Amino acid sequence: MRFGIVVFPGSNCEQDVKHALDVLGLESRYVWHGEQDLSGLDAVVLPGGFSYGDYIRCGAVARFSPVMNEVVRFAERGGPVLGICNGFQILTEAHLLPGALLRNRGLKFICKEVTLRVEASVCHWLDAEPGSVLRIPINHNEGNYFCDEQTLERLNGNGQVVVRYCEPDGSRAPGGSAPNGALDDIAGVCNERGNVFGLMPHPERAVDPLTGGTDGRVVFEAIVRRMAKIGS
Amino acid sequence: MIREDLTPEVALELAVELGLKPAEYDRIVEILGRTPTVTELYMYSLMWSEHCSYKHSRRVLKMFPTEGERVLQGPGENAGVISVGDGWAVAFKMESHNHPSAIEPYQGAATGVGGIIRDIFTMGARPICSLDSLRFGPLEKPRQRYLFEGAVAGIGGYGNCIGVPTVGGEVYFEDAYEGNCLINAMAVGLMREERLTRAVAAGPGNLLLLIGSTTGRDGIGGASVLASQEFDERAEEKRPSVQVGDPFEEKLLIEACLELLDEKLLVALGDLGAAGLTSSASEMASRGGVGLEIDVTKVPQREEAMKPFEIMVSESQERMLAVVTPENLAAAQAVCDKWGLRSTVIGQVTDTGRFVVREGETVVADVPADSLAGDAPVYDPPAQRPGYLDEVQSFDWHRLPHPDCGYLLEDALLAVLASPNVCSKRWIWEQYDHQVMLNTAVLPGSDAAVVRIGDTGRGEMTRRAIALSADCNGRYCYLDPYLGAQIAFAEAARNVACAGAVPVAITDCLNFGNPEKPEVFWTFREAVRGLADACRFFGVPVVSGNVSFYNESFGNAIYPTPTVGMVGLLDDVEQRCTMAFKREGDVVVLIGETDDELGGSEYLKVVHDVVAGRPPALDLALERDVQATVIEAIRAGVVNAAHDCSEGGLGVALAECCLAGDIGASVYLSDDLPPAVALFSETQSRVVVACVPERVDDLIEICDRHEVPYSVLGTVGGDALVFNDETRFPLQRLREAYERTLERYVGSAEAVAGADE
Repeated sequence: MRFGIVVFPGSNCEQDVKHALDVLGLESRYVWHGEQDLSGLDAVVLPGGFSYGDYIRCGAVARFSPVMNEVVRFAERGGPVLGICNGFQILTEAHLLPGALLRNRGLKFICKEVTLRVEASVCHWLDAEPGSVLRIPINHNEGNYFCDEQTLERLNGNGQVVVRYCEPDGSRAPGGSAPNGALDDIAGVCNERGNVFGLMPHPERAVDPLTGGTDGRVVFEAIVRRMAKIGS
Repeated sequence: MIREDLTPEVALELAVELGLKPAEYDRIVEILGRTPTVTELYMYSLMWSEHCSYKHSRRVLKMFPTEGERVLQGPGENAGVISVGDGWAVAFKMESHNHPSAIEPYQGAATGVGGIIRDIFTMGARPICSLDSLRFGPLEKPRQRYLFEGAVAGIGGYGNCIGVPTVGGEVYFEDAYEGNCLINAMAVGLMREERLTRAVAAGPGNLLLLIGSTTGRDGIGGASVLASQEFDERAEEKRPSVQVGDPFEEKLLIEACLELLDEKLLVALGDLGAAGLTSSASEMASRGGVGLEIDVTKVPQREEAMKPFEIMVSESQERMLAVVTPENLAAAQAVCDKWGLRSTVIGQVTDTGRFVVREGETVVADVPADSLAGDAPVYDPPAQRPGYLDEVQSFDWHRLPHPDCGYLLEDALLAVLASPNVCSKRWIWEQYDHQVMLNTAVLPGSDAAVVRIGDTGRGEMTRRAIALSADCNGRYCYLDPYLGAQIAFAEAARNVACAGAVPVAITDCLNFGNPEKPEVFWTFREAVRGLADACRFFGVPVVSGNVSFYNESFGNAIYPTPTVGMVGLLDDVEQRCTMAFKREGDVVVLIGETDDELGGSEYLKVVHDVVAGRPPALDLALERDVQATVIEAIRAGVVNAAHDCSEGGLGVALAECCLAGDIGASVYLSDDLPPAVALFSETQSRVVVACVPERVDDLIEICDRHEVPYSVLGTVGGDALVFNDETRFPLQRLREAYERTLERYVGSAEAVAGADE
């Protein structure tokens, strides 16, 4: 199984995703934003960073880069696509995922480890036990998830909410557990089909035990297991 | 023909207006053999400004030891470089951006980070982390909160975007910095030794390629107008001299320049910092002993009708100057195109030894290339010991009423813990991406940051790591500049040792007032002497650095602040140590010995509102032995936590160990000292460690062998820090004092629960 890591001008977590996949013994290659050929790739990751300087709006320019046409086609064919942080923002701008990421409610950049509750979802990228708690860092200025009421209802009804910010014991504080003010504590969502997943936390930062725990491994391992099952 | 556009009278007038002294003007006339042009005057005024020429500090800086077996590049280049083993090298430097930040904190701090990062990749190294040393006035004042919040946001805004983790730093709030905040940024880069690149122009006929942003009028005279003069009531008018940063462009520059070097397409590479094109080009020419010719009409401009002098001294950010051979030009420009960067040939290397600037066919400057960078005047300013020293040093703090028991002592510890100078800096570092690149093995908040040596993107990992710390207690330097500078060194080294690393080299950022005042110059000279003596004693060279003078406003100088940026080495990153107490039952030991030293302490300031007395003494030999003991104990696995005692003393150090590990401790303080002294004395050369219970004998053996005093204080455990079985601080109470200070002043970074409802 081979991962493609898309590099936009201004991406800055592509090396981290590569390192995480290396640590897990998974094969990967970088995909330059001008490329228009994703053949040979089994999964695509849009990494974090500041694509095109995040000018206009986070992800607003990146969605028009040549490679994104291919990513959309890849996703429509059912190919697994993961958007982390800026990658999540790009996926919402490209309408591969519903909703939008607004500025953090405290109007400040936040870099810290948070706790996430795994929800029962249709997501192909996470097969951990619903209710289990993951410790994964966030690192963003615009991670305040928002969508309209009907969309939220649909997300909840379809099992598209994949992870929520929570307290360390897995509960949700009455006033919200999201450090960025995200609607309904939403940290990550997937499309109806479950193959496209976007989240603000950085699972690749929680793979190498030297630098931040191993709770992020489940994301990459889940898709590998799923692909292996399909392949066999 | 040169365009002679000034009469001698007007030229002299302009020279003085630009900050040149009449004697300096005369020297320029002598060098040129004629009246200088407008462009030439601007170029000389910038290059001969204090900021670019170090004319007041150069002689004094010769005191620093700059050589050592690891040193690959000492001072004089864009950054110092040391070898860290297995063919890897680390480039690092610290630089100030004080004056711009005092006027516009966000952009001032942001471009400070951008500038120092460019210095690093100019050397061929990939920037791998940065640290920041900050000083502001008291947070009670709204303007100081504005400066503080703006500077932190600017550092984050820039560093986060370019994907270089901000892993450490320090901040102090003192009255002395009210008119002049300090923003010192340190950056570190990693490369293979053979990649080391120097900004040396060579090969007549080779082309000058300007890469990156367009050139505008921003930052004109930044080095002379802002950085080389004191502030007064006209400070606001200097706002146009502050540059504006574009971190996205910088990120592209990093990638493009490293790729150009990978492909071996460049002869030389230099960044455009202070004094812009003038400084970058003339320094490259001067180092290479060649001449240059530039046509300003070729420089891409972002504003209309720019004059040649404006183009030559503009400090527009995110620009690099490369020297390429004609054969490699197309390939080099293709790399720039790939990264969406503008690249333009603006001139060429010549064999004339002259720096010629043309506007089309007209020559607007023609000077010996060497004279700009090399012929700047050097001064030996008069020095005089400041009169205030006797008064502050003779202050006898013993006469003050010190709390000796019960709630008074409790309140004092909580107050010191909550002081902005001591409290948790989480509010700051949570606004910085401190993890990107996945090498940060000890996160901010401990004594030193630890960064693994490796290129994660290419899968080239090692077991080695560097430990980093930036330190300076300006209050000590104010009370005794020689000793204060030595303590800055000692503390930086001790912090690195507490991570398990051996200190190997430093960079420095020397922040002082107006050097033309004899009392200021004396403190500068003493501080450099102190730092140099400490470096020599430890065998730790100074490989790069920066001097920032004229940090005064309305005649009041800042505390002398010689900030030390220390780099230490760990052979095995798995052996890294943090301050956090980790296990119930571990034995708490103090390595070193507490003395009767409250002079200049945080306690005196917080509890008694006094900044006076003699700073704690420093015995360099004891300091070295304590550090060796700690490093050996960490590497032998005898201790699993180490934390140095600095501001706030032993009481604060113990509280920090407990809070970091979320576990209490029960300790006993000696009866030989009054309780306030035992808790708050800032005696140097002390480290709190947690020792594995079954290996206490091993620790004692190591201490004895190094002939270092130690005392067993107690044990780790419980949910409170308890002194002598009677004074009990529940962790929650300590946390409340320690963690909430900054957000009390400037608001929480996180969403307020329920605020939307």
